[in-house]
Amino acid sequence: MEYFFELFLGGLTRGSIYALIALGYTMVYGIIELINFAHGEIYMIGAFTALIVASVLTVMGLNEFAILVLASIAAAVYSAAYGYTVEKIAYKPLRHAPRLSPLISAIGMSIFLQNYVLLAQTSDFLPFPSLIPDFEFWEPYSHLLRSTQLVILVTTTVIMVLLTLLIKYTKIGKAMRATAQDRSMAMLVGVNVNQVISMTFVIGSCLAAVGGVLIASHIGQINFFIGFIAGIKAFTAAVLGGVGSIPGAVLGSLILGLTESFATGYVSSDYEDVFAFALLVLILIFRPAGLLGRSTMQKV
Amino acid sequence: MLRVNGVSTYYGNIQALKNISMEVSEGEIITLIGANGAGKTTTLMSISGLVPPRQGEIIFKDRPIHGMSPEKIVALGISQVPEGRRIFPYLTVAENLDMGTFLRNDKDNIRKDLAYIWDLFPILSKRRHQAGGTLSGGEQQMLAISRALMARPKLLLLDEPSLGLAPLIVRQIFEIIMKINIENNTTIFLVEQNANLALKVAHRGYVMENGAITMADSAPNLLSNEAVKKAYLGL
Repeated sequence: MEYFFELFLGGLTRGSIYALIALGYTMVYGIIELINFAHGEIYMIGAFTALIVASVLTVMGLNEFAILVLASIAAAVYSAAYGYTVEKIAYKPLRHAPRLSPLISAIGMSIFLQNYVLLAQTSDFLPFPSLIPDFEFWEPYSHLLRSTQLVILVTTTVIMVLLTLLIKYTKIGKAMRATAQDRSMAMLVGVNVNQVISMTFVIGSCLAAVGGVLIASHIGQINFFIGFIAGIKAFTAAVLGGVGSIPGAVLGSLILGLTESFATGYVSSDYEDVFAFALLVLILIFRPAGLLGRSTMQKV
Repeated sequence: MLRVNGVSTYYGNIQALKNISMEVSEGEIITLIGANGAGKTTTLMSISGLVPPRQGEIIFKDRPIHGMSPEKIVALGISQVPEGRRIFPYLTVAENLDMGTFLRNDKDNIRKDLAYIWDLFPILSKRRHQAGGTLSGGEQQMLAISRALMARPKLLLLDEPSLGLAPLIVRQIFEIIMKINIENNTTIFLVEQNANLALKVAHRGYVMENGAITMADSAPNLLSNEAVKKAYLGL
């Protein structure tokens, strides 16, 4: 039973990181119906930014917690700038093009950013400092949930609550929902749709960057390719939950994280992906729009 | 108040509006009638900036607005109730109305205007927490008009408000349109296929055929015009 809880909590941690990335996919899809394949790279760039900032701050002798916070903020700001720029360069000029064009452009952007980091940094794995302090908080069960996992769970929960409030109650949140539901009608009530799309990329990128910092400091190493794998997983989670749906992305991520964790724990870590994708196939057979996805309505 | 001057609008290479000119004065209800595909909706979309004209000019209150972005045009006081109502289906009735005030910051007046809307359409007040997509066609049309009114427009563009609605509801909607025109001195540009009804509430009318204006006259004159009777009134 203890083992079960350990796997359960591990799965939740993993799932909540997926959720931070999946939200970016789903929000962008909700608004411009584009799978932003460069999103995983934004997450990777966030992790690299945090590594550089953390190294500098460590040399300056700041304490662990301050480094974590400052590195996360720097990563979020830097990634947001990347997300914003990617949209302006690779997607905005293709706004009225056939749907396949921005998709190809997204894949191109993903390859470009990977190779850019490969050239600018290195192809090797770089050690990532454990920014999250190790502390005992749950004697004698601390082996079930490490402090890094606790910090990840709390941080992601807080971020998701804030995001929900933002989307539900703020002006920009309402504009985002309206734009997602009917873009030209949103323009007719005075919404600057280009601004809303930019904001969506900025918010999604910030979330991915924070996810990048948390997971890198939990795992302890990064390289230029981490965005691809995390991106595929988070994308899977978004599809699982119903792409375009924000609660769906969170639910899908948690289910995916738990499935992987249990598959690793009870079967073998070699089979974690098999179970994850088998689950995806199963859910899509019975609910093609995803768990919380809306089947597309015919507009008359 | 609004002057459309030699406007031509294209969808790709297809010309939808051919050198059209019209004028709307403050406080008027004018109507644009014509068959399906004549270019009535395109006219409204050109004014709202969603499909900007390729040639010609649109002047609103002495300011050229062709080439302005849609949100700037809304900010100047032109709101549109598009064809098919276009309610945000997953926003509640209250949130839909809230979207109408997107460019306004005067909270106190917004509250007053909201009270006015609840008074105008008590049924919407009852449904305020319901998702817009769950409303009936008539209720959605009321909501669409209300959403546009929440912007306090000086000029209200209405595209086929009677489309797909029961005659009783249509009459109710048109009564409200006249009420808005008289009580708030809102200028109204009404596009309708139901020419008979439109010409009864409007002061003046334009007739459109194949993307061009073919007739312009006072509404009573158009109602008694033989050609209009034959083509649009089914008499």
